[in-house]
Amino acid sequence: METRDKILSSVLKNQPAHRELPQVPMFHRNPESLVSAFEKSLKYMTGEFVHRPPPDFAAYLRNKFPDAKIICSAVPEYAGNRKPEDYTNWSDAHDIDVTIVRSPLGVAETGSVLLTEKELRVNTIGFLAHDIVILLDPKNIVENIHDAYQHPAFREAKYAVLMTGPSGSADIEGTTVHPAQGVTTLTVIMWPVS
Amino acid sequence: MSAVDQAASAAKFIEDKTHEAHFDELLWMIRQKRDYAASQVPEWEELRDLASAIKEHTLSNLAEYLEMFEASAKRNGAIVHWALDAHEHNQIVYDILQSWNADALVKSKSMLTEECDTMKFLELRGITVTETDLGERIQQLDHERPAHIVAPAWQKTTQDVANLFARVYGSDPTKVDPVYLAHVMREHTRALILEAKAGMTGGNFAISETGAIVTVTNEGNADLSGNTPARRIHSVGIEKIIPKDEHLAVFIRLLTRSATGMPITQYTSHFRGPREGGEMHIVIVDNGRSTRLGMEKFWLSLKCIRCAACMNTCPVFRRSGGLSYGSTYMGPIGLITMPTFDIRRYGELPFSSTLNGSCSNVCPVKINIHEQIYAWRSVMDEQHQIKFPKKEAMIVAGKVLSHPEAYRIATEATETALKELPRFAIYNHFNPWGYHRDVPAPAKETFHQWYKKNRMRNGSA
Amino acid sequence: MRVALVVPCYIDVFYPEVGIAALELLGKLGVEVEYPFDQTCCGQPMANSGCESDARATEELFIRNFAGFEYIVIPSGSCTHHVRNKFIAAPLSEERENVRSHTYDIVEFLHDVMQVKEFPWAEFRHKIALHTSCSAIRGIFMQSMSERVHDPQFSKPKDLLQTVKGIEFVEFERPDECCGFGGTFSVTEEAVAAKMGYDKLGFIGKTGTEYIVSSDMSCLMHLQGCARRLHKDVKFRHLVQILNGERE
Repeated sequence: METRDKILSSVLKNQPAHRELPQVPMFHRNPESLVSAFEKSLKYMTGEFVHRPPPDFAAYLRNKFPDAKIICSAVPEYAGNRKPEDYTNWSDAHDIDVTIVRSPLGVAETGSVLLTEKELRVNTIGFLAHDIVILLDPKNIVENIHDAYQHPAFREAKYAVLMTGPSGSADIEGTTVHPAQGVTTLTVIMWPVS
Repeated sequence: MSAVDQAASAAKFIEDKTHEAHFDELLWMIRQKRDYAASQVPEWEELRDLASAIKEHTLSNLAEYLEMFEASAKRNGAIVHWALDAHEHNQIVYDILQSWNADALVKSKSMLTEECDTMKFLELRGITVTETDLGERIQQLDHERPAHIVAPAWQKTTQDVANLFARVYGSDPTKVDPVYLAHVMREHTRALILEAKAGMTGGNFAISETGAIVTVTNEGNADLSGNTPARRIHSVGIEKIIPKDEHLAVFIRLLTRSATGMPITQYTSHFRGPREGGEMHIVIVDNGRSTRLGMEKFWLSLKCIRCAACMNTCPVFRRSGGLSYGSTYMGPIGLITMPTFDIRRYGELPFSSTLNGSCSNVCPVKINIHEQIYAWRSVMDEQHQIKFPKKEAMIVAGKVLSHPEAYRIATEATETALKELPRFAIYNHFNPWGYHRDVPAPAKETFHQWYKKNRMRNGSA
Repeated sequence: MRVALVVPCYIDVFYPEVGIAALELLGKLGVEVEYPFDQTCCGQPMANSGCESDARATEELFIRNFAGFEYIVIPSGSCTHHVRNKFIAAPLSEERENVRSHTYDIVEFLHDVMQVKEFPWAEFRHKIALHTSCSAIRGIFMQSMSERVHDPQFSKPKDLLQTVKGIEFVEFERPDECCGFGGTFSVTEEAVAAKMGYDKLGFIGKTGTEYIVSSDMSCLMHLQGCARRLHKDVKFRHLVQILNGERE
């Protein structure tokens, strides 16, 4: 008997009597402002929050990342000097200083933003870059994680991540440090889709 | 192989005052962070009930959900393998790597691969394995097993890590700064990630409906290991299956709050299918889980989502050190699961507990841990796993305590006063009690004697 | 109502004054208490070690001694927890189940059954650290537990002690962390047990209190052993001793 059949028949033989699957409520509390709640949560996770699109985005980036030489933009709002498609070898995204990408969904409960291969196109631009700036339409902020998982991306994308603040680790004596392996800073800009 | 003597290892750990105090205080702080996080979620107890019910439902229909998961995964373009035991799992992983001519693997943390000793298996066959989780990497460089399932290196102080990195990487041992040390690790690991031909992750959850493998990390190392190389492998135990994304939401809200007190990890990643030109393999592992599913008193341990809240709250664990258990899974959850892997080797673990019960109350999926610990003790008695002097003492105790007159004779203080505790109360003489404590002084007369003298009429109560 | 007093084996041998205090206290409250003389132990030491078969005869003796009483009162949370929740070494019978369901910790008996609101003879002009055992907290729910953060906070032992003239409670760190006794654990894993005891004494010691009070003498026996070894001056009292009127 093949392993698969061995395992399945062992499971079938041993599994306990059926228990019902519960209904999961949405647990909405309807806060006054999802944007404020999102801002609070994001900052708690050491992310940065910008209330509105900077009038001069290029100047904003120059100011925020003075040493940045390679800016990879996956959004039409900014040109950058790289596009994700430039990286046929995904490891090469290592040279990116700043990635700019748009997220289709933000979560107020946790300050998370959703990214998939649809937005990233080359997934590693989200992780190998030194810093990341994410554009998010405030209309796309949902209240909590239950809402988040209703988004079709989780059933359609090959890869989807809920990213919450910059990479960090508390593995050394419980002290949370940033960054660990991923981006050093993560900034979310409230930027309506034009 | 002889039984792990957790008590002896714990005693040694306690003598190391620096590390014992560090470990105890750190984990207690994490427990308090967990308390705070839970207090911010008014529906916390309802979420626990839901999580427990979802897991119990899934486990009671596991065969169906496993088949559903496999079908979903295959539809997404993933290749699904089944491994009955650790060896088969390791062989499958090796064979996949061979098919890719990959001799370097980057991986994120997976307790399942610890359980299967996968790294050693691969390294013996010439594969370089790089752990990308900071804590795992620290332990890997120090040739030590993880001391905690969520943060493998928490038993080390920052100075320990500084010394280790100085030895291995030539960094500055006087810079006792976690930010600096994380940076050192990042610099050295980045190149390995970029060059790797293959990536590997574990799985916190596997979603039956969508065929997704879900990992949670703070570092993003699962995302790096899973996205940088075009080919990757995910190993997951059969008990990690849950039905749909709406159920996943419940666990995502509970897991990190229970584990570290943060509302969520920095990266909650969902791997559904291979990328263009890439490959995605999933290895579904049994390794004794299906047998455990049939254990009436112990199958609920399969609900575990590896948050380690039970370890952080356990006063015994915090003072023993995670390595004292000699096992992949330690602390309260280890006490009830390790005997299923090897009853002889781990036969004493269920006694490393005061049965205080706080573990069961912090468990996000409501495993009745302390009740299972208690139940395992009876199993050990039935299977003759209890050490002779202790068993002997219990037999004697049972005889004395069931005979009122024998009991009164054994306990009555004589004119010369009792010098020893009654044998039935303590095994192996009173010496173990007396190592660190004074022995209670027997009273001049027992309550029985007092009562007989002062309250009884005509010899009746 | 027929009330029986259980005096646990370790109180019988080491702390008979606690058994006496319990008896006197119930008497002061007008309760006619019987003390089945042939009692020995509830069976916990053997059962907690997994040796159910060795606990059987002892538990059967307990059933014989206490069958027919409406209230079986024990000044011990751990014994009460054992009888109510784990007393299955003796075969299932109506008598066994009756005994189990009629067993109360003395705190429960005073607080819930008799609903005593004052102890006029009691006075204890001291600061005390109240330690409630894990069995009392998580086994028979006599006090809220710190890890269940949404539960309303309550403490039956504290409710009773609060009525005592002059008494003051001190707050200390990790108030419901286990003291380390754990029954035979205190011997089989004595290094950890002692460390837990030392730590608890340390947390309590920071408050400068003179008295550690509990409704479980087994915890106090363990902590007393630790305290004496550490040459700490702190005194230990069972809750019934204070409610019974001891002044110090």
